[in-house]
Amino acid sequence: MDGFLLLAFLFLVAGIIAVPIASRVGLGSVLGYLIAGIAISPLLKQLHVDVISIQHFAEFGVVMMLFLVGLELEPRLLWSMRNRLLGLGGLQVTVTAAALMAIAMLFGQPWSVALAIGLVFSLSSTAIVLQTLNEKGLMQCDGGQSSFSVLLFQDIAVIPMLAFIPFLALPELSELAASAHEAVAGDEGHASMSIVESLGGWQRALVTIGAIALVVVGGNYMTRPIFRYIAIARLRELFTAFALLLIIGIALLMIVVGLSPALGTFLAGVVLANSEYRHELESNVDPFKGLLLGVFFITVGASIKFDLLFADFGTIIAMTAGVMGLKAFVLYALSRIFDISGSDRWLFTLGLAQAGEFGFVLLTFTVASSVISAALAEQLLLVVALSMLLTPVLFIAYDKLIAPRFAKTKTEEADEIDETGSVIIAGHGRFGGIVNRILLSAGFKTVVLDYQSEHLEMLRTFGVKVFFGDAMRPDLLHAAGIENAKMLVIAIDEKESATELVRYVAQNYPHVYIVARAIDRHHVYELWSAGCRDIIRETFDSAIRAGRSALEALGVHPYDAERQTRGYVANDRRHMYELAAVYDPDIPAHENAEYVEKTKAFVGTYEQAMQGNSAAFGSRLDRGWVPPTVEDVEAESDADERHGDDKSIDAH
Amino acid sequence: MARLIVYYAHPGHKYSHVNRFMAREAAAIDGISYVDMYRDYPRFDIDADVEQQRLLEHDVVVFQFPMFWYSTPSIIKEWQDLVLEHGFAYGAGGDELDGKRLQLAVTAAGPEEAYTPAGYQHFPIRTFLTPLEQTARLCRMHFSAPYVLYSALQAPGKGLVEPHVDGYRRLLEAIRDDRYDFNSADGHDVVGFGDLPIKAEV
Repeated sequence: MDGFLLLAFLFLVAGIIAVPIASRVGLGSVLGYLIAGIAISPLLKQLHVDVISIQHFAEFGVVMMLFLVGLELEPRLLWSMRNRLLGLGGLQVTVTAAALMAIAMLFGQPWSVALAIGLVFSLSSTAIVLQTLNEKGLMQCDGGQSSFSVLLFQDIAVIPMLAFIPFLALPELSELAASAHEAVAGDEGHASMSIVESLGGWQRALVTIGAIALVVVGGNYMTRPIFRYIAIARLRELFTAFALLLIIGIALLMIVVGLSPALGTFLAGVVLANSEYRHELESNVDPFKGLLLGVFFITVGASIKFDLLFADFGTIIAMTAGVMGLKAFVLYALSRIFDISGSDRWLFTLGLAQAGEFGFVLLTFTVASSVISAALAEQLLLVVALSMLLTPVLFIAYDKLIAPRFAKTKTEEADEIDETGSVIIAGHGRFGGIVNRILLSAGFKTVVLDYQSEHLEMLRTFGVKVFFGDAMRPDLLHAAGIENAKMLVIAIDEKESATELVRYVAQNYPHVYIVARAIDRHHVYELWSAGCRDIIRETFDSAIRAGRSALEALGVHPYDAERQTRGYVANDRRHMYELAAVYDPDIPAHENAEYVEKTKAFVGTYEQAMQGNSAAFGSRLDRGWVPPTVEDVEAESDADERHGDDKSIDAH
Repeated sequence: MARLIVYYAHPGHKYSHVNRFMAREAAAIDGISYVDMYRDYPRFDIDADVEQQRLLEHDVVVFQFPMFWYSTPSIIKEWQDLVLEHGFAYGAGGDELDGKRLQLAVTAAGPEEAYTPAGYQHFPIRTFLTPLEQTARLCRMHFSAPYVLYSALQAPGKGLVEPHVDGYRRLLEAIRDDRYDFNSADGHDVVGFGDLPIKAEV
């Protein structure tokens, strides 16, 4: 326990110190974590910490990240990516592996070792690349999408590679194999838990398809009842627990049937991308993903063995440069074939030029399978880690040297990305629902948040896009895209919550225009003092219309009724503004002398109006139609003045 | 029998000296249609489909209104903007109103002599009504001599309201019964209750 706390403390301190500095000087968070890892590696060595096993645990962050990526990706989008996924991804892995294998053989490695090396280095780092792309907002551009396609293919390709590598075993290493295999089986989950190894080919296929079907069907039909069940408890942490359970469960299922956990959770994410619980899941998983990836990057930094590096400095650096150069070359060639152009081509080329975390996994596995000798593997591990360390540097090069040259093409794309600048509607009841429909019919994009799940399912069946979640939670607002939102419409029932939300958003996101629903007159003042300037009283307009209807039914001409009620509205609004200015939420209204004074004055005018004294507010509106008196007209025509500019031209 | 529709427009209906009595009279005549525009559209959301259908169903369209600032009350302008669509009232294929008649019934505050080059309104009243006249022409409608009451604000004191309202009733009934002599009316700039060219019973 103490050891765990100490370790956690170390990692957290290193991350919290290094990452802000790295972000400040423009190196990005990934490089910050890597440097933090390098910095604490002597300490970890002193404490005899098993960095590699922590790394394996932290790799779960990648699984979570793919789940989140899946959540952002609707099935339709994934389908449209299929050519890139298979073509671009497939070619990248095979061509890179083949080229590296050829070079390794040139340097005198036997073909089997060379092939293993080729496979190991054909993979890139999903963790670093996706994290960086997300951080820089490059995920949606062509280069980002292509990179993602390749990374996804690689994550899938790891599984057959793990199955294939044992066939490359060298006889002279095989005597080590038995013991090593057992050792690896302990911490290398992919192979150890699989139930399919003992099955025949068609059975294996059946189990695989069954597992994928379970994820797709379960995701579609089971999450909803489960969420509804959980909602009974009204405990926020239960949602978090379920989100984690979902991901871990799917990962386990995939491992059991011999598939990639990353692929499984990614699929689950895609299945849930259209779900109303999407933002809720996103905001629950996101912090875990962030922390785990942080730990992962720190362990990568900490696992770089500098003694080994300096012992053979020239060779290692040359190997790293060679691998990255070759990978970049292959990527560049592919980008030409697949028509990725402009700054996107360079993003793709430089972004994926490193080896990745699956390289660590595969290398450990190759040693255990007696394909590569431990000494060579040590060197190769160093190359993998160094290439990952250099990746953020390449991204910086891209930012500083390449992106500016294509800046013009980027501004042209801005419109496309702008679509996240939408309207968030908090509460989709009788009030928010109408606001939503009006905005949608005018072609605006809305994100609707509500936390009454019966309600949501009903709306979903009518095709309304709503998401489960409490808009009061900052993380959920964040997941719904408050940073890029143009507007927030607050249509929730709870008075205090609405005021709180206005205060929070007005302070933290001053660019967001807020339209708020007020429950009553005092709520208007509270919303006003919280910073909202567009406040709609929920029953005011309907009361006005009821009043107008009553006037019409009493025989008042509809146009007069219209003008009468308009006059009332204008007058009332004027009073509201004046009262809002003197209202103080900290003083009860009846103890606020100025407020009481003003209210009394206004009540006076209302009473006059009620007694039929139209001087109160009717006259202001009617004056346009009151004709001049006969005396006025006669005086004018008697004088026979040449004036055509007053109301006497009216005839009544 | 001519199919006749009366459009009445007066935003200050309750302060009216003449028009509201004219409107009351028009509303009571059998066999014609009557529309109080400010009653049908108190919020100005004029339904172009309904209005176009109304136009198709009638041969003579009457606009009854007080002159405001040398023009109509604003709702009539809104009505024109929305109802007289391209392709319906004018332009390519816009011949739905071809051959129909537009008859105005207006009241003016100024005396008749004010609407002369020497008077303070300087122009004859027909000049102020030319936008409507040209609107009718573009829509291939006949524009007839308007039925006018001058010095309308003084009309109650001079006992002119009653004869004008009665003349209005006679005018509408004559149009309805095809007894109104439009050709003879066209010889005048405007017509008043004293000189309505109404033929005897056919």
